[in-house]
Amino acid sequence: MFDFLQGYDLLGAFWVTVQLTVYSAIGSLVWGTLLAAMRVSPVPLMRGFGTVYVNIVRNIPLTVIIVFTSLGLFQTLGVTLGAERFTTINFRLAVLGLTAYTSAFVCEALRSGINTVPLGQVEAARAIGLSFPQILRLIVLPQAFRSVVGPLANVLIALTKNTTVAAAIGVAEAALLMREMIENEAQLILISAIFAAGFLCLTLPTGLFLGWVAKKVAVKR
Amino acid sequence: MNPLRTSRALVAAAAAVVLSFTSAGFANGAAGGALRDHDDGDEITVGIKFDQPGIGLKTPDGTYTGFDVDVATYIAKQLGHDPADIVWKEAKSADRETLLQRGDVDFIAASYSINDKRAEKVDFAGPYLLAHQDVLIRADDDSIKKPSDLNNKKLCSVTGSTSAQNVKDKIAPDAQLQEYGGYSECLTGLENGVIDAVTTDDSILAGYAAQPEFKGKFKLGGFKMSNENYGIGVQKGSELKAKINTALEKMVADGSWEAAVKKNFGPAGYQNEPAPKIGVIVQ
Repeated sequence: MFDFLQGYDLLGAFWVTVQLTVYSAIGSLVWGTLLAAMRVSPVPLMRGFGTVYVNIVRNIPLTVIIVFTSLGLFQTLGVTLGAERFTTINFRLAVLGLTAYTSAFVCEALRSGINTVPLGQVEAARAIGLSFPQILRLIVLPQAFRSVVGPLANVLIALTKNTTVAAAIGVAEAALLMREMIENEAQLILISAIFAAGFLCLTLPTGLFLGWVAKKVAVKR
Repeated sequence: MNPLRTSRALVAAAAAVVLSFTSAGFANGAAGGALRDHDDGDEITVGIKFDQPGIGLKTPDGTYTGFDVDVATYIAKQLGHDPADIVWKEAKSADRETLLQRGDVDFIAASYSINDKRAEKVDFAGPYLLAHQDVLIRADDDSIKKPSDLNNKKLCSVTGSTSAQNVKDKIAPDAQLQEYGGYSECLTGLENGVIDAVTTDDSILAGYAAQPEFKGKFKLGGFKMSNENYGIGVQKGSELKAKINTALEKMVADGSWEAAVKKNFGPAGYQNEPAPKIGVIVQ
């Protein structure tokens, strides 16, 4: 029943999926944190930028963003992100697109965490003379992160599954291999089930582990 | 309502939904073939591509054009159905076997290459067209004259397609391959020079090159890099196979086949193969 799997690099394809996920996750954690900081900052211009960015980017379908990175950034504007071959260019463009998209969700998750920190702590910090960056770095963000591990795990799982959109610009990850196999083997349901199982293997442990972490680090109030 | 009762009711509702889905599915699978038999009722359902110019295209005003559409209309006529009685249904590449097995369509004419694995699931009438993998290049590009010229070029094809896999495995392993969801993205790249050649079946390429907006910009390479025998897919064991074969023979004999080829692929300078013999698969 499964002999048709021979000749396909299933693990290799899922490895690309994992790489896409990890790089985009790191990117969106950094950019999402910066966005959240902007949205709670005392500077109106930064608040405005953060709000506009989040509301535009999270409302555009991911496929449009990913295809735009290739047709718009690469083909029309010639952005290659320092790579020369299509495979590397596409991979980096996909990471860029996924990061841009996912960070909007990271930002909003984080902002809800910031709201759990009692206002009195910020006032106390200001009273002892801490600046805004110091308050954010030392008082607010450490507590905010601890309370949003659960929501961030949701974002990470969504990101893992969203990497399949990268097949639209030809990144050789799991969904692209799935299309090749469906094209060759005429085994639609079985092949889809195999790839669904593959994604469960990635996302279930992530969810369980981060759920445990969330309980462990939650701030008891 | 107490919580326990609520949850029981929910479970029961969920079970009912699941049951109705599965039973409906089985009923369809079992009875589909009989229901769809072309003898009863005037309608006939045909699976075609909706997005391939020259092959099968749904135009904005709701009409259908292309070679597969012309062939299917001719076959339907021979089976006793007026063109107005044809129900067109989109048959995406990945769905074709399922559509036939479930009996959702009577037959499929959708650039459907005959191969062994597909023939295990469905029966093929025809072939009705012998296509080859080819490249589409810019009209002023003289650097690609033979398939080996492709090796340090930038190629483009559709994600996961047989043509894309052929490039990676056989034709030009050293070439850079860009895969997109559709040929339109490839053509944009070809037009602005990021991509040197778009590759897939020559019939599909000819269909795109014949589009008004691309006229004169692109040309076919004329390389015969593979043989694709387009067949009409029917349900396994269907009696339609023999009838469609007869219809196809008649179509070639009375000149309608030649006319359909010229009409749909002609403007791109497509050199078509002679009409294939029924049941003869060119490897």
